[in-house]
Amino acid sequence: MEISVTVNGVKHTAEVEGRTLLVHFVREQLGMTGTNIGCDTSSCGACSVHLDGEAVKSCTILAVQADGTEITTIEGMAGADGTLHPMQQAFMENHGLQCGYCTPGMVMAATSLLKENPNPTEEDVRLGLEGNLCRCTGYHNIVQSVLAAAKA
Amino acid sequence: MTTIETTHTTNGVIGQRLLRKEDPALLTGEARYTNDLQIPGALHLAVLRSPYAHAKILRVDLSRALEMPGVRAAYSGADLADLWAAPMPCAWPVTDDMKNPVHYPLATSTACYVGDGVACVLAETDAIARDALEAIEVDYEPLRAVVGLEDALSDEVVIHPDLGTNKSYTWNLLVEETEGAVEAAFASATYTVAERYVQQRLLPMAMETRAVAAVPQPFGGDITLYSSTQVPHILKVMTAITLGIPEHQVRVVAPAVGGGFGSKLNVYAEELLCVALSRKIGLPVRWNEERSENSMATIHGRGQIQNIELAADAEGKLTAVRVRLLADMGAYLQLVTPGIPILGAFLYAGVYHIPKAYDFSCTAAFTNLTPTDAYRGAGRPEATYAIERAMDALAREVGVDPLEIRRRNFIPTEAYPYEAFSGLTYDSGDHDLAATKAAEMIDYDGLRARQAEVNVPGSTKRLGIGVSTYFEMCGLAPSRVLASLNYGAGGWEAATVRVLPTNKVQVVTGTSPHGQGHETSWSMIVADKLGVDPADVHVLHSDTAISPLGLDTYGSRSLPVGGVAVAMACDKVIDKAKQIAAHQLEAAVEDLTFEDGSFSVQGSPDRALPLAAIAFAAFTAHNLPDGLEPNLEAQVSYDPPNFSWPFGTHMCAVEVDLETGKVDLITYVAVDDCGVQINPLIVDGQVHGGVVQGIAQALYEEAVYDVDGNLTTSTLAEYLVPAASDVPSIITGHTVTPSPTNQLGVKGVGEAGTIGAAPAVINAVVDALKEFGVTDVPMPASPLTVWNTLNNARANHSSGGTS
Repeated sequence: MEISVTVNGVKHTAEVEGRTLLVHFVREQLGMTGTNIGCDTSSCGACSVHLDGEAVKSCTILAVQADGTEITTIEGMAGADGTLHPMQQAFMENHGLQCGYCTPGMVMAATSLLKENPNPTEEDVRLGLEGNLCRCTGYHNIVQSVLAAAKA
Repeated sequence: MTTIETTHTTNGVIGQRLLRKEDPALLTGEARYTNDLQIPGALHLAVLRSPYAHAKILRVDLSRALEMPGVRAAYSGADLADLWAAPMPCAWPVTDDMKNPVHYPLATSTACYVGDGVACVLAETDAIARDALEAIEVDYEPLRAVVGLEDALSDEVVIHPDLGTNKSYTWNLLVEETEGAVEAAFASATYTVAERYVQQRLLPMAMETRAVAAVPQPFGGDITLYSSTQVPHILKVMTAITLGIPEHQVRVVAPAVGGGFGSKLNVYAEELLCVALSRKIGLPVRWNEERSENSMATIHGRGQIQNIELAADAEGKLTAVRVRLLADMGAYLQLVTPGIPILGAFLYAGVYHIPKAYDFSCTAAFTNLTPTDAYRGAGRPEATYAIERAMDALAREVGVDPLEIRRRNFIPTEAYPYEAFSGLTYDSGDHDLAATKAAEMIDYDGLRARQAEVNVPGSTKRLGIGVSTYFEMCGLAPSRVLASLNYGAGGWEAATVRVLPTNKVQVVTGTSPHGQGHETSWSMIVADKLGVDPADVHVLHSDTAISPLGLDTYGSRSLPVGGVAVAMACDKVIDKAKQIAAHQLEAAVEDLTFEDGSFSVQGSPDRALPLAAIAFAAFTAHNLPDGLEPNLEAQVSYDPPNFSWPFGTHMCAVEVDLETGKVDLITYVAVDDCGVQINPLIVDGQVHGGVVQGIAQALYEEAVYDVDGNLTTSTLAEYLVPAASDVPSIITGHTVTPSPTNQLGVKGVGEAGTIGAAPAVINAVVDALKEFGVTDVPMPASPLTVWNTLNNARANHSSGGTS
């Protein structure tokens, strides 16, 4: 099937199998490997991207379902001049990442969270990120990062 | 013990909360994990895994799989028998008579756990390879699975018939001042406690599952193995040995690695399969592990039954410790499987002074389950859990507060360096200081007062307070001590420091970071020593072609061994640079001082040369002292004189709902002392993550098997890795007691949080329920488990009251 998707501002038209997941399309067909895969049950959120501005787990969506949409992946977050997105900057300043594997998904989920709730409490952040797992940080500094980004 | 003074910093970089160099690449998707690598022409490996925990393999029919479009090859275990020069390696034969079943990357005659590889496929895409697995027909003859440790030791069903038993080994550590000292101590004790604890199996669950890619040069003969591993150097040696490939033709690269926690400290079947098959067919071969596959094919942690007995005098001071441990090896011995319980063997007396009256024995057995091996803390969280739970039991016996029983038993600060009952020397410690600080931070006395107020009849909630004090015991070295434990490798680490002609510094380290931030911390050490900007230091690692010498990252060893090696290499660079400076300044070497990156003649500060000038002079080599080699670089292989002994106190408060059994962790305080901190930002991060992994063992996680040996928690939907909403913020505090065994005064910190956390949490849960007669709550303390425990205790309590 042919689909047409705009990813990080660039329109891509491609042939995909019906069973191809959005995450596999982005990683394997577009070669954008910043979006990671951490599970096979849509539990971990490592593959979170923005679809028409909202965070989704790209392993729960077929590439064909994304036809006609606008996708932003982690590669589309920093400015063209190399400036980190404020959420990326907040993660760096608050040591909100260690191995970095969950980080792209966390950043995508966290920016979406702040869009919905620009002034979250710590509890709002913890509940808002419960679909994204991290094994390194114990979440402490991830939560601090998101709260800092909200204030930035 | 030789004491080494902590050297003063030259420009104050050490101790700063410097932001990590690693982050921009990781935050933008630029970092490349193994499965991100683009490898033209690579075939994809998929492994068919046994659905039975124990079964004879009668027939493997690959024909239908081989007919599928896109499938290039398929093999049974028997088909590949000729590829292996040696069985899968176990590097830690803890006893001379240890039983170690022969283990190859694919099973040939018997599958010994659910997930044991029995056949494999090479195909043009990962999807085709996995589809083809379904076309392979295997006839199995199921055998009864051995799931429990007691069942294993009965030998009713022997998993590896050629061994004749399921017992792998018994390892003893009996230390007595005089023969019979332990018996005598128990006979004369005022107080004794005897406790039994179960360390449930855990799944390490690094967020990146394992991935492997092997790229051969069919004509040149070289092979490059990319793997999501913690141990590229060990993997290189073991690949050469296991596959009979000349070691100098093997290059191992660990690209960005998405967490390890011990699970990637191994040599795995899929690594050997990719290398062997890529050489066999002359094409690159890659493999990527699915999560549910990871749950079965990657090692598990813990899996022990602990019996601990304490003897104490009238004041509650320990007089003897006796431990009987049963350890679940799983179906085979992986790289260091048998050594894991032994790593804890020295820690069952915790941070307490005991006389030479210590009796430890561990019996290890095979089961039809996934092999166990190192998982964050590896033996030490288990040991700490047992002694810290048992100390609370002792406090109940003696009738004193848990904190008081610990204070009565702490090794006194003035006793350091302290020669322990075991003969090991503990480098430095101040346990009372850490405990006092933790108690202040959490307001221990205030919490106890509040507990008395709120834990009253009529309330459906109970407040509990938990304490644990611990040693981390890390930086596993010196090598000769490892030799005495039969460990198959050394404990040294290598580092090279190279000042480039333009005064930028390249560091080559043998450690292999996967989240710990070595690039940042090592840069800070170098910046501090050489007086350069940390931004001008670049750290190379995790590629055996670039960093040929090293022993990698595990056991909280990287800083106290690898980081110290970097500092020592800087010293050698400074020594050499000083000779050049002396020559050019026409001064004696001993008259030069090096400060803030510049050499100057004592008493004549205007006669000075910056390191930048020396670096360029060493490069041009126009004007060097006679006999001195050009270039400014130095290499060090450092074998530490001792383990490092970080310590600390963790305290927490929980609220237990008596009606639902739910445990809410209200507050958690971790006071850790890892000596001098290079980067407190990173130290705090290590503690946060470690603590949450300990909380996870205490409250959430368990690898659950059914009676047939099927793992029923193989996905992240079933295995409860806590989310942000499941855990509290972690309040960290630190005391700083420098290690006297290295010039930086540093100790490790990677495992501390995990070691301290589980006993603190369970002690708090038990404390909350003490009025009901609860003295133990098994891990994980899920609502159902707590509810059942509480109701059983209440039933016993009331029946006891009426009889």
